[in-house]
Amino acid sequence: MYIGWNILKSLWITFRRFVESYIDDLRWLFKKGFGKRYTPETLPVRQHPLTKRGIFTVQYPAERLPLPERFRGFPFLVYDDETGKLLCTACGTCARVCPPQCIWIVRATDPQTGKPLREPAEFYVDISICMNCGFCAEFCPFDAIKMGHEIEVMAFDRADLLLDLEKLRRPASYDAQIHPTDYAQKQARKGE
Amino acid sequence: MNESIGSTTDIVTHLQERFPDAVQPAPAPYQGILVAQDRLVEVATYLRDELDFAYLSSVTVVDYPQPLNGMPACYDVVYHFFQGRGGPLTLHVQADRENPVVPSLVPLFPSALFQEREAWDLMGVRFDGHPDLRRILLWEGFDGHPLRKDWKEVYYEEEHKPFGSRFPDGRPVPAESRSPFGDNLRYPPGWSPRDWRPLVDVWGYAPHDELARQEDPNHPADRVVLNMGPHHPSTHGVLRLLVTLEGERIVKLEPMMGFLHRCHEKIGERNVWLGNIPYTDRLDYVCAMSNELPYVLAVEKLLGVEPPPRAQYIRVIMAEFTRFLNHAVSIGFTGNDLGIYFTAMLYALEEREHILDLFEMVSGSRLMCNYMRFGGVAHDMSEEAIALARALAFERLPRYLDQLESYFTDNELFKARAVGVGVLPPEMAVAYGCTGPLLRASGVPYDVRRAEPYFAYDDFNFDIVVGQNGDVYDRYLVRVGEMRQSLRILQQALNRLPDGPIMAGRKSATLKVPAGESYGRIEAPKGELGFYIVSDGGPNPYRYHIRAPSFVNLGVMGEICWGHLIADVVIILASIDITLGEVDR
Ligand code: SF4
Ligand code: SF4
Repeated sequence: MYIGWNILKSLWITFRRFVESYIDDLRWLFKKGFGKRYTPETLPVRQHPLTKRGIFTVQYPAERLPLPERFRGFPFLVYDDETGKLLCTACGTCARVCPPQCIWIVRATDPQTGKPLREPAEFYVDISICMNCGFCAEFCPFDAIKMGHEIEVMAFDRADLLLDLEKLRRPASYDAQIHPTDYAQKQARKGE
Repeated sequence: MNESIGSTTDIVTHLQERFPDAVQPAPAPYQGILVAQDRLVEVATYLRDELDFAYLSSVTVVDYPQPLNGMPACYDVVYHFFQGRGGPLTLHVQADRENPVVPSLVPLFPSALFQEREAWDLMGVRFDGHPDLRRILLWEGFDGHPLRKDWKEVYYEEEHKPFGSRFPDGRPVPAESRSPFGDNLRYPPGWSPRDWRPLVDVWGYAPHDELARQEDPNHPADRVVLNMGPHHPSTHGVLRLLVTLEGERIVKLEPMMGFLHRCHEKIGERNVWLGNIPYTDRLDYVCAMSNELPYVLAVEKLLGVEPPPRAQYIRVIMAEFTRFLNHAVSIGFTGNDLGIYFTAMLYALEEREHILDLFEMVSGSRLMCNYMRFGGVAHDMSEEAIALARALAFERLPRYLDQLESYFTDNELFKARAVGVGVLPPEMAVAYGCTGPLLRASGVPYDVRRAEPYFAYDDFNFDIVVGQNGDVYDRYLVRVGEMRQSLRILQQALNRLPDGPIMAGRKSATLKVPAGESYGRIEAPKGELGFYIVSDGGPNPYRYHIRAPSFVNLGVMGEICWGHLIADVVIILASIDITLGEVDR
């Protein structure tokens, strides 16, 4: 038969999925009560490949998926919480390794002797060019530049996307908060 | 075939004996043979007919303005030939610098059809006897041949990265301020856009108009020239198909590309070795993970490093997940192109999301993974990532595959549209250099994972899935079969994932690669993806060429569409499975 059994079977699969999305809502309603399904705590269950049923989309931006620790947003510069001093030593590794060459660094010099200092006077990252590759963070020998978790970056003008030292600074506690495992490992290495 | 000939060195000696005055070994760091220009066709014919080198994989040109690595100043045309198992045999032909012309191999190997056009377009080497030597990626009025070493782009700053202006006194200068138009634009001297009239057929209509005029008196329908794309939902990107129709039947079809061209290879030659890895992600953006592999493979060959076992296994795991997701999306798109709307596609995207979650967890990005490094991988797989990978490979994805088969494989609507459509005979597939599911659906059991095993592929049991009829339906079946085999490999790899380091040696940002050439190829989801690199011993690639499977596979499109209905073009294109980021580079 030309229009046959298999077409009905396909339609049945789609129909079942459609119904399932409602059934799961009802199941949660009876088991857990009203308004319990769409909460941040249930996200791991709703998103897990083996436990999810029914609708698994989230209502962004009211609800957000957690980003994994390694997520690469745009780079930021880490400073010490207490002293407020940047960890960066202006070694230039990140500017050299950056594939689209969007990092610009001016090395500070001692005003008296004119000798180069181990800190940047100016630091720019053009995030309209940055390809989020993460090489700068990976190859920085001082863990002074890190990939942030900010994803909502927008501007009306391209010039606003050229971040300078002020806009790039983040405290080390922020780094510890978004990269907990990485930070713990680093502390452990320091303690040795 | 002469049975006594085995390894590449044997073949070189054999060829030297056979053609004493035309063939000599290539100079020191190069591999393969150097062939005299006027004897090329003769040698190639002998290779194909007597030595079973049926498969011309890649044609490219390297520009040597000065002698380098033992090569004199010339345009070095490089061919890579493969047998069913083994190879490669690299052929070098030196073309004159003033007037570079070499004989075309299209009459022998139609797979050179697009690749020679590309070489002419980007390098300006003429191929004598090519039936249709026009530009392919750039437009007909373009000024110059951009891959030549003396060609400079509008935003040109320095020959090689890293640019000196970034450190230690780096104040940002917008790139566009370096162009007088504030734009990515440059006119040749004395040229004005207002007075310009195209001297040549810029849009490629002439042969089609000609064909449309010669109407068949016995056929009642008119001949019509039709443009499909570049903005068409079913061309999977910006691809233009120029079609001459007779009624609804196709008389001539020609794919035209280049709308996404960004001269990836020129960018690659400016970059440092390491800096190219994230750029390769942007080629076939559907399967970024496997794009990085042939490049690191080629560089590792030159460096002489071997990644540790754990890194090799992780690479295989990533490559097979990529294959699964590519085929799932490709089948989903086939459904979309058939007009069954987005349901099949959404089911595929749902699985893809999970695989992308895994990629994000291990590499930090969903699509632009930037995960492979020379000698290993960037990060280890965490326990959490392994658990997710196991959940996918052992439970979730097999379930999806069963469901896919239950609603697609025997679906009458799909079969009515797919069976017997777009048949590609095996001889034609080999001659046109087709690879991947497209080739195997025609019944040719050729898979780089078996023909030239790389990484840990020798450790795994898996079958090469082969079709019989070479039509759209068989290509679908081959894809489903390959997804099953991918799961098999994944399950074995996850069960046996060895412990140990993930990098050979230390990661280094400034890497120097020994002088020489190398060709790294893998079985990417869409076919054989090859990177040909030449190093002059410095921190940047001297030549960086990509043999993209989508690009070469597209060459056969005109042949297999002939005589079909216009409505079948979309589904044939979907079954070839292209990504324009890779076609246009
Ligand atoms: S951020 Fe790191 S790599 Fe970049 S200049 Fe500072 S210390 Fe060097
Ligand atoms: S993430 Fe990559 S592109 Fe962006 S600033 Fe760092 S190195 Fe440059």
